[in-house]
Amino acid sequence: MITVVNYGLGNIQAFVNIYKRLNIPVSVAGNTEELLKATKIILPGVGAFDWAMTRLNKSGMRTCLDELVLSEKRPILGVCVGMQMMAKKSDEGRLEGLNWIDAEVKKFDDTDFEQKTLLPHMGWNDVMPQKENYLFEQMENTPRFYFLHSYYFLPHKSKEILAVTEYNYEFASAVYSDNIFGVQFHPEKSHQCGIQLLKNFANIEVC
Amino acid sequence: MSLAKRIIPCLDVKDGRVVKGVQFVDIRDAGDPVEIARRYDLEGADEITFLDITATSDNRDTMVHVVEQVAGQVFIPLTVGGGIRTVEDIRRMLNAGADKIGINSAAVFNPKFVKEAAEKFGSQCIVVAIDAKKVSAKNEPDKWEIFTHGGRKPTGIDAIDWAIKMVDYGAGEILLTSMDRDGTKIGFDLELTSAISDAVPVPVIASGGVGKLEHLVAGIKQGKADAVLAASIFHFGEFTVGEAKQHMADAGIEVRL
Repeated sequence: MITVVNYGLGNIQAFVNIYKRLNIPVSVAGNTEELLKATKIILPGVGAFDWAMTRLNKSGMRTCLDELVLSEKRPILGVCVGMQMMAKKSDEGRLEGLNWIDAEVKKFDDTDFEQKTLLPHMGWNDVMPQKENYLFEQMENTPRFYFLHSYYFLPHKSKEILAVTEYNYEFASAVYSDNIFGVQFHPEKSHQCGIQLLKNFANIEVC
Repeated sequence: MSLAKRIIPCLDVKDGRVVKGVQFVDIRDAGDPVEIARRYDLEGADEITFLDITATSDNRDTMVHVVEQVAGQVFIPLTVGGGIRTVEDIRRMLNAGADKIGINSAAVFNPKFVKEAAEKFGSQCIVVAIDAKKVSAKNEPDKWEIFTHGGRKPTGIDAIDWAIKMVDYGAGEILLTSMDRDGTKIGFDLELTSAISDAVPVPVIASGGVGKLEHLVAGIKQGKADAVLAASIFHFGEFTVGEAKQHMADAGIEVRL
């Protein structure tokens, strides 16, 4: 069962709609009891870092989520702010992140940009996988995904970078650490490539 | 390899049907919103925008239902605008499956609403829609004024100043419609589009006036827009979204094919 964490943020229905279309069992968890049934977890998110952390901390599911991910090693996919929350901290807020991945979240520094560049980074951009991984199986070499963000994920260990994307400079658009996956883009809004990625996540073997 | 320019088909929805007018009046029926959205999705649209043009009056539930149905079948970003006045309106549309919310008239009456909305839902979610009309005479420097209520009410507010203010207040994107060009098929108001694009650091969607595929190219190249929006050229089968994208790619514009 793929379970989408409902802590009040993110387009939860979009994930549900895609998994239904794929005939893959999916549920939405708004409390610990429902979350415990998950074999795989999706942590969605849109909006500001502190707001997302506050909502997650207040959801009553935080401790259970830590336990499932860190001790039980259930696979989890963080999306957009859901990915960013997996870091230690973010330039965007003051609250502590989940600290599941040794990383921090930085604001795009437009003083380094060579040309006038818009923020948020919004639209379809190339995602360049850096190594073989289930998530990007059965896709073209540089699939395009839909992005919508002004901050980016900076892992401290480069081996945890799964894919990069260029927006004036290269940043990590997909990361992983053991059972933890994060994508900066929105697979639930990325048409065929996104559907394939969510299907791939569902098919990852639980070790 | 870089960020692709976007093509966004726009569906004006009235009482649950897609319609299209000329310069905001003379409205004709163009079909069922769910069917049309599915077709554009298959053709490769980068996003879809819905504008509820009945919304300033009643009947909001119809639109919520349309958004729910479309979101169940179309897996690209959906923007919904028209008659959005409260945080609760936004929440309802997001829950129905919208990703971005267009705010137009309500921003003019209460600019702080944009601030509140951006703080609650994030700037990435808030699109401020600007309907602008040229008000300068031929021998004067260009000047555009914004209008509300589907283009019926002048406000006396300068379009460029307004765009800058709205971005300061948290708008993550500007949907810019030239009322002079809407439905005319003679092309975007490129001066207006480039003036706003130069003035703000967020993406600008050019809208109003597309009749030929060359107009889309001009909107990006001369108008400096980040995305182009069109309605009637797609609704009435003149061009597919795929043809539009191929034309832009042939003109050297990075698009998602």
